Amino acid sequence: MLDQNAVETEIPEKENPVESLLRMDRMPHIWCPGCGIGTTVNCFARALEQSKLDLDSVSIVSGIGCTGRVAGYLNLDSFHTTHGRAIPFATGLKLANPNLKVVVYSGDGDLFAIGGNHFIHAARRNVDMTVICVNNLIYGMTGGQVAPTTPVTAKGTTYPYGSYDPPFNLPYLADSSGAVYVARWTTYHVRHATKAIKEALARRGFSFVEIISPCPTLYSRRNRLGDGLDQMNFYKENSVIKNGADTKDVGMDFQGKITVGKFVDRERKTYRQLMNEHLTNVFGEQYTPYEG
Amino acid sequence: MKANKRDVLTGAHFIDGDHAAGEGAIAAGCKFVAGYPITPSTEIVERIAARFPLVGGMFIQMEDEIASSIAIQGAVWAGKKSMTVTSGPGFSLMMEHIGFAAITETPCVFINVQRGGPSTGLPTLPAQADMMQARWGSHGDYETIAIVPNSPQECFDLTIRAFNLAEEYRVPVLVMMDECVGHMTEKVVIPEADKIEIVERKFTKKSPGEYRLYDTNGTMFPEMVKAGDGYRIHLTGLTHDEKGYPAMSPKVQQKMLRRLVDKILTNEEKLRHIEEDQIDDADIVVVSYGITSRVVLPAIKKARKEGLKVGHVRLVTVWPFPEPYIRELAKKVDAFVVPELNLGQIVHEVERCAAGNAETKLVPHAGGAVHAPEDIYDAIKGVVVHA
Amino acid sequence: MKKVQGTVVIKADRCKGCAFCVDFCPTDALQLSDQYNAKGYRLPELFEPEKCTGCDLCGLYCPDFAIHGFIIKKVA
Repeated sequence: MLDQNAVETEIPEKENPVESLLRMDRMPHIWCPGCGIGTTVNCFARALEQSKLDLDSVSIVSGIGCTGRVAGYLNLDSFHTTHGRAIPFATGLKLANPNLKVVVYSGDGDLFAIGGNHFIHAARRNVDMTVICVNNLIYGMTGGQVAPTTPVTAKGTTYPYGSYDPPFNLPYLADSSGAVYVARWTTYHVRHATKAIKEALARRGFSFVEIISPCPTLYSRRNRLGDGLDQMNFYKENSVIKNGADTKDVGMDFQGKITVGKFVDRERKTYRQLMNEHLTNVFGEQYTPYEG
Repeated sequence: MKANKRDVLTGAHFIDGDHAAGEGAIAAGCKFVAGYPITPSTEIVERIAARFPLVGGMFIQMEDEIASSIAIQGAVWAGKKSMTVTSGPGFSLMMEHIGFAAITETPCVFINVQRGGPSTGLPTLPAQADMMQARWGSHGDYETIAIVPNSPQECFDLTIRAFNLAEEYRVPVLVMMDECVGHMTEKVVIPEADKIEIVERKFTKKSPGEYRLYDTNGTMFPEMVKAGDGYRIHLTGLTHDEKGYPAMSPKVQQKMLRRLVDKILTNEEKLRHIEEDQIDDADIVVVSYGITSRVVLPAIKKARKEGLKVGHVRLVTVWPFPEPYIRELAKKVDAFVVPELNLGQIVHEVERCAAGNAETKLVPHAGGAVHAPEDIYDAIKGVVVHA
Repeated sequence: MKKVQGTVVIKADRCKGCAFCVDFCPTDALQLSDQYNAKGYRLPELFEPEKCTGCDLCGLYCPDFAIHGFIIKKVA
């Protein structure tokens, strides 16, 4: 109870902060009950709000899949590209207009199977963009096939007796490819994830945030792991926060411990900086920098 | 609008078709090129990479052709004129993004310096065997524009035209060169900048509140915007409504697709670019394009000398195909002779349009070299001319 | 002594009944109600309103943008 003698300040009703960032004419969204993608959108919306970026300068690029639909729901310049190709589209967008803040928002299958090559090359070049990967460990949109992130022994429709296909450790891949910022959280860790996205947006260079997220319809159900809430509680009980952990140690086993935290935060010159510095050295005054 | 003086290397040059195409792109105002090395097109991106630091362009060598063909579209939506360049195997990899450019109406240029195929085929030798791929290569129904140069000079001229058409028609435009034209060195005259017509992008003047991504304002072509200008657009490769939002219904699909196709097909006559020679009295017409249009000349000359009434139609714009033109011509002549560096592609279009009114005869060549003029001459001679 | 009073707004038509908000409410102010929306999803309710601090963790968790919290009164 409030102290009866204290002076009270009445505060007017506040809008849901995510709403100003959503295309409300496209709601309700297509995501299943208990799916975590919407939760990551909340984190992104708050991170963006806190970042104080001019929203007109923010572009969001998605590939194909459940997370690929994020672009369609955000009231930003948004590009829903082809399967796996969000990163090269974003590369063209960012290099052609360096004043844009470019965010790639896509799923694990899109970014790391069909799009894996683009991920490592954009990280290697240190193209200035933030990549947010919602990792639900499965292909959702196509009906529950294994992804390059599916833990060994977990079942998908294409590995019905359990997968024996070794998965990627995404933070390790991002780290070794050259990303300047690498963090992993789960949809249970909403405040951490929000902070990580905010930090990633503030970094100059290729930043990567992985968010482990429940897919109740196609991952949890087939693997008898309960619903979305059960997965959230699993994350709560089995996540171990290890900031600065060596990324090669953060691989995931089926229903094993999940190492979360901020793993990498460093500076490297961006592709554009390297280009301008080098060509200025070569050409001197003759160099005509790309104006954007 | 005229070309920017800084971008134009005015003068007479002795360069090959690849280098000329690179200069054409720069003169056209192209500011973003993404590419991946592949013979015999690599010299185009090498030219671009050497020249861009001096004219304020952005070149990036991407990790593959798939990345190149979508990076250029990112650059277009950042407001730039963009291009990628490739040959057969890379062209195959780019197909999905030709479809993406078609459905999103992203103006951009693809150059394909054709080589022998299928697969790795003949990397260093010519063919014209991607002509149907240029028309039908990506899945689904769509239309593009494909133009075919036959000389280094035209590689320069037609690359500029490709950029202009892309802006005007909001489509990917395909410049279908071949190894011969790409590696042939000839005199290329690059005019003064103020003699080069450039079509600038038509950006909307509407406010973000009024603007809709695919509102055509009663024309067939929507107006462009670019990222960062406050329009908060949504661009998708899904079937979409006027706002650009995904809409999965047969009705929306019909409306969207009909316009994507009609904006090209109903403008075929405007887009038609052919060269006619000795057509008026012709009984036989040779229909050719690209490098083959030069190989046919001695054969036609020889046949004419022998009294055969042979004419020549060279297709510069191959897609959209000049269907009404060939239909009419078929009623006046006895036969079409169609030499191609493939085993029969454009000949099917000619035959379809001839509709039985004229005989249609293919002069095939599997690629790796150009036809011998004698083969074309023999084909002309073999045609039965009705009195 | 509690310094703030919060509340939540629930947009019933958007809710898909995942119960994230109920489970992760730090003050246990929310519970699943007996109400179902038109799509048949069981809705949350602010069961003990005085416990709500308006922290908006429910809003941060809700994948369907169907609930959010905010502070309505502050004690100076």
